[in-house]
Amino acid sequence: MTAAILSGFVLAALAPWVRKVARGWAGWLLALGPLAIVAYFTAQAPHIADGETLSASLNWIPSLGVDLAFYLDGLSLVFAIIISGIGTLIVLYASAYLAGDALEGHFYLYLLFFMASMLGVVLANNLITLFVFWELTSISSYLLIGFKHDKATSRAAALQALLVTGSGGLAMLAGLVLIGQVTGSSTISDLLSQGDTVRASGLYVPILLLVLLGAFAKSAQVPFHFWLPNAMEAPTPVSAYLHSATMVQAGVYLLARLSPVLGGTDEWRVLVIGAGAATMLTGAYLAWLQTDLKRILAYSTISTLGMLVLLVGIGTPLAAKAAVTVLIAHALYKGALFLVAGSLDHETGTRDVTQLGGLWHALPFTGLAALLAAASMAGLPPLFGFIAKEVFYKAAYEAPDLPALLTTLVVTSSVLLVVAAGLVAIKPFFGARVPTPKPPHEAPLRMVLGPLTLATLGAAFGFVPGLLTEYAIKPATEAILAAPAQVELVLWPGLNVILLLSLLTVTLGAGVYAARARLSPPARRLDVGARVGPALGYQKLLDGTLWLADWQTSILQNGYLRYYLITIVATTVGLMGYATLTRVALGGVLRQPDIRLYEALIVAVILAATLAVTQVRSRLAAVAALGTVGYGIALLYILFGAPDLAMTQFAIETLTVVLFVLVLYRLPRFATLTSRAARRRDALIALSAGALMTLLVLIVTADPSRTRLTSYFAYNSATLAKGRNIVNVILVDFRGLDTLGEITVLSVAAAGVFALLKLRPPRKEEATSAPLAEAEAQPSPEEVKPVSLPAMDATVD
Amino acid sequence: MEVVLAVVIGALYAAGLYMMLRRSYVKVVIGLALLSYAASLLIFTVNGVTRGRPPLVPEGALRPPEPFADPLPQALILTAIVIGFGVQAFTVVLFKRTYQATETDDLDAIRSTEHHKKPGVPASISGAREG
Repeated sequence: MTAAILSGFVLAALAPWVRKVARGWAGWLLALGPLAIVAYFTAQAPHIADGETLSASLNWIPSLGVDLAFYLDGLSLVFAIIISGIGTLIVLYASAYLAGDALEGHFYLYLLFFMASMLGVVLANNLITLFVFWELTSISSYLLIGFKHDKATSRAAALQALLVTGSGGLAMLAGLVLIGQVTGSSTISDLLSQGDTVRASGLYVPILLLVLLGAFAKSAQVPFHFWLPNAMEAPTPVSAYLHSATMVQAGVYLLARLSPVLGGTDEWRVLVIGAGAATMLTGAYLAWLQTDLKRILAYSTISTLGMLVLLVGIGTPLAAKAAVTVLIAHALYKGALFLVAGSLDHETGTRDVTQLGGLWHALPFTGLAALLAAASMAGLPPLFGFIAKEVFYKAAYEAPDLPALLTTLVVTSSVLLVVAAGLVAIKPFFGARVPTPKPPHEAPLRMVLGPLTLATLGAAFGFVPGLLTEYAIKPATEAILAAPAQVELVLWPGLNVILLLSLLTVTLGAGVYAARARLSPPARRLDVGARVGPALGYQKLLDGTLWLADWQTSILQNGYLRYYLITIVATTVGLMGYATLTRVALGGVLRQPDIRLYEALIVAVILAATLAVTQVRSRLAAVAALGTVGYGIALLYILFGAPDLAMTQFAIETLTVVLFVLVLYRLPRFATLTSRAARRRDALIALSAGALMTLLVLIVTADPSRTRLTSYFAYNSATLAKGRNIVNVILVDFRGLDTLGEITVLSVAAAGVFALLKLRPPRKEEATSAPLAEAEAQPSPEEVKPVSLPAMDATVD
Repeated sequence: MEVVLAVVIGALYAAGLYMMLRRSYVKVVIGLALLSYAASLLIFTVNGVTRGRPPLVPEGALRPPEPFADPLPQALILTAIVIGFGVQAFTVVLFKRTYQATETDDLDAIRSTEHHKKPGVPASISGAREG
């Protein structure tokens, strides 16, 4: 089982290469992968139907209790077969739909990557593993929605979907971690029996809210539904696959999977039923008001997602059965209808229903698929959609809470979905022929195969519901309930209230469809969501976040070196100064200095020269003073037993002064650029930083201690490295690699200097200033290069 | 003696930071030089200093006679001085090029890569980056 999931990732990685090698045959070849996965899972069905479950586990992060654990039961099986089965057809369909697209190989990569991730979601047996795959599906959805990345709307829609589902995913992660904390286990199959522990815990409400947030965002429940219609920017095979049949069902899957753990309480029922009912009605209401085929289907998908959430919320055995049945029926008819919409778009150049009509003769196979699928969507007998609607009505009608209200809402939504089904199947194919942007013709085989297979299956299961019931619906229902269940499905249940409701639905639906020209304008005016909907809130939140980022960046990243320095230095001085003054006993720190007269003189010269550097107005004087400081320090090195340092310092100091003079020579004096107040502020900051450093040195030197390294180097220098100058031995022997690094740094600097000197602006510059023009010839690379001082380190002995 | 050196180090840090807070490019480069002096001297001082006893092993001996100056900070500083010079050479030459292109020493005047010498003159100066 692990191999079945992980092989999807391998296949995804190989896909661009396969596309390159196999060219036009890549779709057929790549479809074999998902097909093999379907075969594998279908072969497991009899075992699962017998009540077995399958689990597999790989160690991942054992210390955190995170394993790459997978678990196959009835619920996972239904999802796994839908994912891999529709995946097979989608790969084939896309290979014709995107034929000739430069990024076709990438498309397979993203699509198969998604398929593998989605399989991971529904098969994961570990909460953290589930989350990881969950987010992987969000990422692949992002890549797929933004597939036409040169379109700004695609990019915005991709980002929106990612942000909405991604933030939901983070909330869900928090909820899942809390579940793990409460139960002490993050293995899903173990959790199923620990529902009482979770429900009794004080953290139950936070857990429920967080998990629901993740599930609702992913499954486009109100008020997060706005991302799904926008996601229709994706190529149509993606919409059919991710945004109808699989990814958006992940939230439903999560709720169904966790309903034995979290379900059954009043909070659960209120929130889940409430969100589901609101989504069902909103989606259905908006669906039939659209004119874009894909948006009609997107809103009807939202409506169905609402129905599924509603059913999971009701939670009775009947509702669980209805949820699985509707899920399967929906995957079949909605997948087919999306693909039909894609074919229409591809073969006629438009997917605006007002631009389509009378295409039956031009696209007969596509039309047949559309008709079958739409009939299933409208719930007409003898299609599988009819059976699904029957059990759905029954579940609402027999719901423990508010059955009358629920049934009314369910029937209303279904009526509007009948209208939507008419819009996508009857309007384009029948009636008067409408001229289309492209002369219409039938889609190629690969694009007929997908919709026709799905639509035919949707019809066939209507006649033989028993097969599906035994191997899929019953095991899945039992998995949702975590208890055995009696599940039967029949096409003809006899004359009863439910059948009358169905009849009413179709009649009303047909009526609204016929009168839609008169009914839709006033209905559109009622759509307040478009003006004050959650999409607006999303936009405000996004703009606000960007504004905040902009504002804080303009403050923190202001582009002035001095303000960065002031921030860093003032913070350091403040924090370190406070810690030093409050935590260090300063008694023994101030000591009588042991100083000789000649040392005092040198120190005095250094201090005077330092002051001079900061005060003089002439550049050359400043450089001279800087040189004096350097020479003074070199003298200190001589006095305190560091002749090597002194030699290097003298040499470098001389070179530095020469370099400065060459460049600065004849430049005007320093101008006064800052105000007196700014100079005082800077002096204060600099002096306090200096004082802090002095204090730190005093504290550290109050208690000198030699490191063990010192004696190691001192005692082994002559014996091990055969050198008598210990400093040199450290540089070229003990720490030779450091010196190599140092030489490298110096070479890079030399290369940089060389490049800067050689680089010329493209045009002959007219305004090179005279002093620099003269200086230009001087510090040539040859001048700079001899300063390869690492060589000097090695030779000083 | 460490007490006196502590004061020198503090003065060098203060002067270096003060110079780095100036708007003149040249002053910032000088400030950088002062800071590297300060850092070297800091490393030199923190473990205590020893007068006139370089860490050398005399002929015939296997170890330097105690007390001797700590060789470890010296090795570190030697590296630091050389690298410090590399950085300085680079910044000085960078200044030279910048000054050629912009004719100003004021950092606030060269904040943008799109700097123009005179209004109306096309951005040939920034061409140094693109070319």
